[in-house]
Amino acid sequence: MAQAPPGEPALAERARLERAAYVLSRSWLFVFLLGLIAFFWLTTPSGTFLSRPNLTQIGLSTSEVVLLAIGETFVIITAGIDLSIGGILFFSAVCGGKTMLSLSGTNEQVTNGQYPHATEAVLAGIVVCLFAGAFWGFVNGTLITLLRLPPFIVTLGTYGMTFGFGDLISGGSYLGSPVPTSFTANFGNGKFLGLYLPIWLALVVLLAAHVILRYTRFGRYTAAIGSNAEGSRRAGIPVNRHIVKVYTLAGFLAGMAAVLDLAIYTNTTSVSHLTDNLNAISAVVLGGTSLFGGVGTVLLSAVGAFIPTVLQNGLVIKQVQPFWQEVAVGATIILAVYLDQLRRRRGDS
Amino acid sequence: MTRTAEAPLLEARGIQKQFGRVVALREGNFSLAHNEVHAIVGDNGAGKSTLIKIISGVFHADGGELRLEGSPFTASNPREARQLGIETVYQDLALAEDLDAAANLFLGREEYLPPPLSWFGFLDRKSMRTRAQDEMRRLKIGIQSVDEPVVNLSGGQRQAIAVARAIAWGRRIVIMDEPTAALGVRESAMVLELIREVRNHGLAIIMVSHNLPEVFAVADRITVLRLGRTITTLATKDTSLEAIVGMMTGAVVAAA
Repeated sequence: MAQAPPGEPALAERARLERAAYVLSRSWLFVFLLGLIAFFWLTTPSGTFLSRPNLTQIGLSTSEVVLLAIGETFVIITAGIDLSIGGILFFSAVCGGKTMLSLSGTNEQVTNGQYPHATEAVLAGIVVCLFAGAFWGFVNGTLITLLRLPPFIVTLGTYGMTFGFGDLISGGSYLGSPVPTSFTANFGNGKFLGLYLPIWLALVVLLAAHVILRYTRFGRYTAAIGSNAEGSRRAGIPVNRHIVKVYTLAGFLAGMAAVLDLAIYTNTTSVSHLTDNLNAISAVVLGGTSLFGGVGTVLLSAVGAFIPTVLQNGLVIKQVQPFWQEVAVGATIILAVYLDQLRRRRGDS
Repeated sequence: MTRTAEAPLLEARGIQKQFGRVVALREGNFSLAHNEVHAIVGDNGAGKSTLIKIISGVFHADGGELRLEGSPFTASNPREARQLGIETVYQDLALAEDLDAAANLFLGREEYLPPPLSWFGFLDRKSMRTRAQDEMRRLKIGIQSVDEPVVNLSGGQRQAIAVARAIAWGRRIVIMDEPTAALGVRESAMVLELIREVRNHGLAIIMVSHNLPEVFAVADRITVLRLGRTITTLATKDTSLEAIVGMMTGAVVAAA
């Protein structure tokens, strides 16, 4: 019983090889990112790409992608997918923005750039954003578990619905006025220890999410369900309830990204959020979270979140059509998933 | 058995189960004594899996009665069965392969750090790890590390972990569905050894298997099912492989 079967050394060898393959497959993300940064640094006029204002710009836009990617990481670890978070972000931003505008003063005042009740209005707007996001996430999770529909179909459906409802509420273009200027001044452009507040928020949420995923029951159930949903059910884990929680979390974080969106850009429109899903999902898969579920880390998703934003930023500076970013990010997703599949196949053999 | 005065540990009488128009069990009778390894054998479609899934709470019986130590019970889901001390090792292992052995051993029964951390669901990973190591040692299961994702372990080691989980938590009965089906010769031997070890720890084992030589190697008694009916229950030492095969296929009519 206690003696090692003869296959043991080969097994240890395989485990070592796999770990090496894993480290390699993770480090290529850093190599890729650094290569990208080096490329833009070397091919743009000095003092543009690596300048402080530009790096801040990248940091700000990445903070939104990071929040989306954190929620998406949890979802993908359950072996699900959420294609709706970009739509949820937009819907939440419209609802939150509308709330801020309608509560901060009369129509006339707001049109003239006066926001007498800005503070209350902004706070209410933030709550609306978070609630709207969590609501759609809850809808996703409930439809997936109650009707036993594939996550891909449910979230594709709510993707359409959130964009549609958002445009219906906003009238299909920008909100009538920008959100109260104090919101942007105090939060979107606010700084603490030299770093913008939205970046701080993303960092804090990232750390909390990392701790939750690695050290708590919530994280363990997430990985267990993605690894073997039926087995988890038999082990007594409330699988459906947990899946609802995970999608609600993803929606909530999309709502939080909507708060950042309003704070940073003061206004919102559906066109600017069409590629949010693509960016978030690419961040997650580049970060090594397996689409097969069971394994993943939010920290690497956050590193992956820089790929789309750095690409976007660098291409704009190089005055290349920024649409190339979508092409490049799309291609990288396919490549990253292919590599993951190769790794998994080798592991299964 | 000298325990005649005492009720059997588990008893199933006239269990019936139908799936749509297919009758899986017409009359499942089964009696499990304390501290025995009891094999359920039968051809495909005989109703073996259905019977154990009713005992373990996965299915509900359409008719018949289940008694645990003399008193009637029904487990409406696996969780309830587990609360009664009935653990099941499923054929498809039911391990979360991306998690390590310790996490799997405690799956659904995690231990938490002391309050206030426990309120947030913080796991006591150290304690679970130590207890997992102890359990592996107690059952003489040789795995290099309880921190390794089980996907990296061999089939026998994975099966051993699944069995270890059932033993660690089972207080009365461990049900094993084809415990060696996916294993090689050597690994099967390891699992059979483990089954003997479990009995020595005072649990009763219900084992469903196609592999008759294995059944004869470890089982104390054998119950034969055929076409949804219990044909007979025999002590292993009083019967032969040929006789059992005959009863499974219907070539021999049981004389019990």
